[in-house]
Amino acid sequence: MTARILALHGGLLALLPALHFLLPVYHHGNLARIMVLACYAIGYNLLFGYTGLLSLGHAMFFAAGMYGMGMALYHLGLGAELAFLAGIAAAGGLALVVGLLALRTVGVAFMIVTLMFSQAFYLAILLAARWTRGDEGLVLAGADRVLFGLDLTDPDIRFLLALGLFALCLSATLWLVRRPFGRVLVAIRENPERAELLGYDIFRHKLAAVVMSGLFSGAAGAAYGLMFGYVGASFAEVHFSIFPLLWVLLGGAGTVIGPFFGVLFMFYLIDISSGLTPAYMLVAGVALVLLTLFAPQGLMGEVRRRWLRWLP
Amino acid sequence: MSALLSTRALSKSFAGLRAVHEVDFDLEPGEIRALIGPNGAGKTTFVSMLIGRVAPTSGAIVFDGRDITRLPAHARVRLGMAYTFQITSVFARLDVAENVALAARRRLGGDRAAVARETAAVLERVGLGAHAGALAGDLSYGHQRLVELAMGLAQTPRLLILDEPTQGLAEGEIAAFRRLIRDLAAQTTILLIEHNMGVVMALADRITVLDFGEVLAEGSPAEIHASATVQAAYLGTGADA
Repeated sequence: MTARILALHGGLLALLPALHFLLPVYHHGNLARIMVLACYAIGYNLLFGYTGLLSLGHAMFFAAGMYGMGMALYHLGLGAELAFLAGIAAAGGLALVVGLLALRTVGVAFMIVTLMFSQAFYLAILLAARWTRGDEGLVLAGADRVLFGLDLTDPDIRFLLALGLFALCLSATLWLVRRPFGRVLVAIRENPERAELLGYDIFRHKLAAVVMSGLFSGAAGAAYGLMFGYVGASFAEVHFSIFPLLWVLLGGAGTVIGPFFGVLFMFYLIDISSGLTPAYMLVAGVALVLLTLFAPQGLMGEVRRRWLRWLP
Repeated sequence: MSALLSTRALSKSFAGLRAVHEVDFDLEPGEIRALIGPNGAGKTTFVSMLIGRVAPTSGAIVFDGRDITRLPAHARVRLGMAYTFQITSVFARLDVAENVALAARRRLGGDRAAVARETAAVLERVGLGAHAGALAGDLSYGHQRLVELAMGLAQTPRLLILDEPTQGLAEGEIAAFRRLIRDLAAQTTILLIEHNMGVVMALADRITVLDFGEVLAEGSPAEIHASATVQAAYLGTGADA
């Protein structure tokens, strides 16, 4: 059981470096982007897929990571390494505060409260234009984007660092969801009242899930900003909260590898359909509707239902 | 005071309606106590306050010498109380073994081997050994009641509160349940809310009768059986106050 789980996830992580040498430049660049966004989706999935909490405000955590990193680099002149950690810390801190307040609600109210916090965060970025440069955002100089001596303006370095971050996030989630802590999150998703009466502190578990989800999302945001050299308010907009929900739903909520396939699928769905027709959102929309009709548990959820019941 | 669980003047009102009124209740370690009463007597409200699902309006609850009136439910469970729901509440989309493992894991932590051993032992004991891999939601109603019970057992509680455990069970299942509870009584104190008088009379050491949220009578099964007040409450022959 453990062997095949390790084989599957290890296999995916072994395949990706091979693609580094095989893929043409265009797809090589796409995959680097997809792997970083998959870390964001993994963070979202921890809260939505495993704990059963639907947030509509995760863009604030992604953006907190991105701005925490960007402003530390831009204004404080910290090195990329420290700035990256500052981004993750900013997202974690924000998640702790938002979690403490938003977790007083459940269900639809939780969705609305997270949405409101996220919109407030977005507006705060625009209002604090003196430091964030508002709509324009911060462009990070290539000379600053050097992590442990590795130049992030080099696409090969970018790919390998994205892979490293993705491998870390994937392994951490795989470890987490198979530990007692992860099992309790699933129990809370399935039946919170019963979980409470088995002696588990629901609030603390949910809060821990929000903070960890925020840390993953923030790490993805900080990495995205560092790799592509731009920190912008558009990453805090509401559609950037909806994306991870779609990725996770498509890839399979509550599966460890689902988020990656969700991002991959949607990225190429839009990429390919926009090459065919200007009405590419229509193609994407129809594909999404079909998938929802015929694989409501997402790609990996369907794989688990049909073939691999042991999929974590 | 040697009682495992006591309440003093425990009361609960819902918008002026007195569901439970100033109940003094003492449960001795090791006994099987049945809590009976007509529908709407306040039995479920009373035990919901004991486990912490409902906050009392006034009064106090003491468990093992400690005032737990303000403790949240999960903290009470950690002190050694366990509760099985009147309306079956299992993790329907998780398999039976995981349902029970969740109950055992809180106590045993990350020791996978110990959790697996305990889970298998408890499932064997309630007779669900063959269903360990099935999804809890796919089981028959009677088997789901047993999963509830198995979750209670896997916590090795000092006090097990069973809220109408035989409701909806077939005769054969009830007989097996009775054997199981009698077997359990050696290890834990049991508070049983039950409608089935056959089960109550056969199992209980003592019986507490609730009516209109107050303790109407308390005594051995024989005493309760003979009590005119209890019969009046159940049969409605007494003059209404």
